[in-house]
Amino acid sequence: MKYKSQKVAYWFWALSMLLLTIQLTYGFIMGFARVGLDGLHQWIPFNTAHTVHLNTLVVWLIAGFMGAAYYIIPEEAETELWQPKLAYLQLIALTIVGVAALTGYHFNYWEGRKFLEIPRELDWLVAIDVILFLVILLMTILKGKKKSTTAWVLFGGLTGAALLYLPGMISFDSQVLDSFFRWWVVHLWVEGVWELIMGGILAFLLIKLTGVDREVIEKWLYVVIGLTFLSGILGTGHHYYYIGVNKIWLIIGGIFSALEPLAFLAMTLWALSMYSKGEKKHPNKLAIFWTLNAAIVAFLGAGVLGLAHTLPQTNLYTHGTLVTAMHGHLAFWGAYASIVFAIMTYALPNLTGRKVYQSVRGKVAFWLSNIGILTMVSAFAAAGVAQVYLERIMGYEFGAVQNEIKVHFWVLIIGATILSTGIILYIIDFIKYGLPTDEALEPA
Amino acid sequence: MLTKQQAKLFFLVGTFVTFAVFIGLTIYSLRQVQTNLPEDVARGKHLWEKNNCMGCHTILGEGAYYAPELTNVLKRRDVNFVKGVLMSEKPWDLHGRKMVAYGFNEQQANDLIAFFKWVGTLNLNGFEKVDRTVSPLAKDRMKDQSN
Repeated sequence: MKYKSQKVAYWFWALSMLLLTIQLTYGFIMGFARVGLDGLHQWIPFNTAHTVHLNTLVVWLIAGFMGAAYYIIPEEAETELWQPKLAYLQLIALTIVGVAALTGYHFNYWEGRKFLEIPRELDWLVAIDVILFLVILLMTILKGKKKSTTAWVLFGGLTGAALLYLPGMISFDSQVLDSFFRWWVVHLWVEGVWELIMGGILAFLLIKLTGVDREVIEKWLYVVIGLTFLSGILGTGHHYYYIGVNKIWLIIGGIFSALEPLAFLAMTLWALSMYSKGEKKHPNKLAIFWTLNAAIVAFLGAGVLGLAHTLPQTNLYTHGTLVTAMHGHLAFWGAYASIVFAIMTYALPNLTGRKVYQSVRGKVAFWLSNIGILTMVSAFAAAGVAQVYLERIMGYEFGAVQNEIKVHFWVLIIGATILSTGIILYIIDFIKYGLPTDEALEPA
Repeated sequence: MLTKQQAKLFFLVGTFVTFAVFIGLTIYSLRQVQTNLPEDVARGKHLWEKNNCMGCHTILGEGAYYAPELTNVLKRRDVNFVKGVLMSEKPWDLHGRKMVAYGFNEQQANDLIAFFKWVGTLNLNGFEKVDRTVSPLAKDRMKDQSN
């Protein structure tokens, strides 16, 4: 590492890995409930498991992004973080809010709005925490020697994510309005500003790993995020087809969500072409694996599988079925989980001074987790298509159909086991790297 | 060849224009959404939210896909059946999937039913028919069954 204060990133990522473990555990609780093994129902009913699963996902990714920002911004701005002690305070506050929210979910303390279940009182604490985080980053950039595009894009994405949290804090009596503005947060996060964060991290990794000129990488970064917003903002319309608002969204949502894969395709081509142009001399091959994985699987999961059910004619049948879960799992894995793994894999040797790049465990972790998630996605696809056919086309009752497709949930559990094995191996590697140390500081 | 400045301009202009159109369409379409709801519907909606019903069910197609879509529940099920499920003191169990035993009181159950009734009246651009079966195949099948 180049600046001592970058060490704080490690602790955010440690929190990420802890939350990911909880996410997987609660995923298993749901998977087993789906095949009828719901012995924990009394203590952890499905809605609790589902909420913990989604919220740990969101928070581990955000903690991952925060770690990434604390690692990247000092290096990009060429200065130590502004007030690193405040960054540790921010981490502690985030952890406390997370623990409070997760505990509350077991005692009916939540807002039943998918992805935004954190209760209103805790929302304010989240807001304060995020403002502190952004102030630390902004002050660092402003006092730095360099103002790079990568740093500004990353900061812009994180600021956008914070601002877009606000519409989710408005309370509505109407389910239609509730749903409408819930998507301002969820959609404009994952198919909007989070892609800026991803683009910023990806640009940083490509600059470091390929050796291609920064100006070239950052030029294409603008093109990628330009395409993201051009398609993604109006693409929000695909959530508005069938929730009780005007028909105009069928046209707008249909056209712009058909364009959304282009942004992801551009990202894939950008990463692959920079890699092929580069020197391929960087020893951290695993970081390159994860970086390219993010760029490629994001296109498959978010782009291709999104397009598979996003046109209104298809979505009329698939809306509210497991087909959505199919797309969601690969999209989150490709775009966001993989980019967090990529930056961690790149940074851990630098933070700890343990320059181990060819870990067999690391490679097995990479392949197992990818094979596992693809197995899960296939299971969701089979279950989803069968559900659409039986329930929406043949007109059978929901419960009867769920029993009919039970076998796919067993495949889901097998996939989840493979994925979890990969993740456990990754976490073992994470721990084996040891703690970050000032001794790892590179001479200026 | 594209320069970095041109790429930046593409990003800024594209974002500004699409966001402006998005805001315009939002204002246009939200003007048509009913906001002054009867009190029992609003109370029902807040009960729905407070108990995270969406953590298992779906409504307007949104939720967790573990339990049935409830947009049209009152067209599928008798109101007393729904009330019975809501007021049950024991976990409701159909097809082997348990529901949390909320044990709602009469007033709460009525509020939730008012909420379901209101949701059931919405124009959903065709989706309102889907969970009542919309495909020609399904219609033929239902006709066969009723004959």
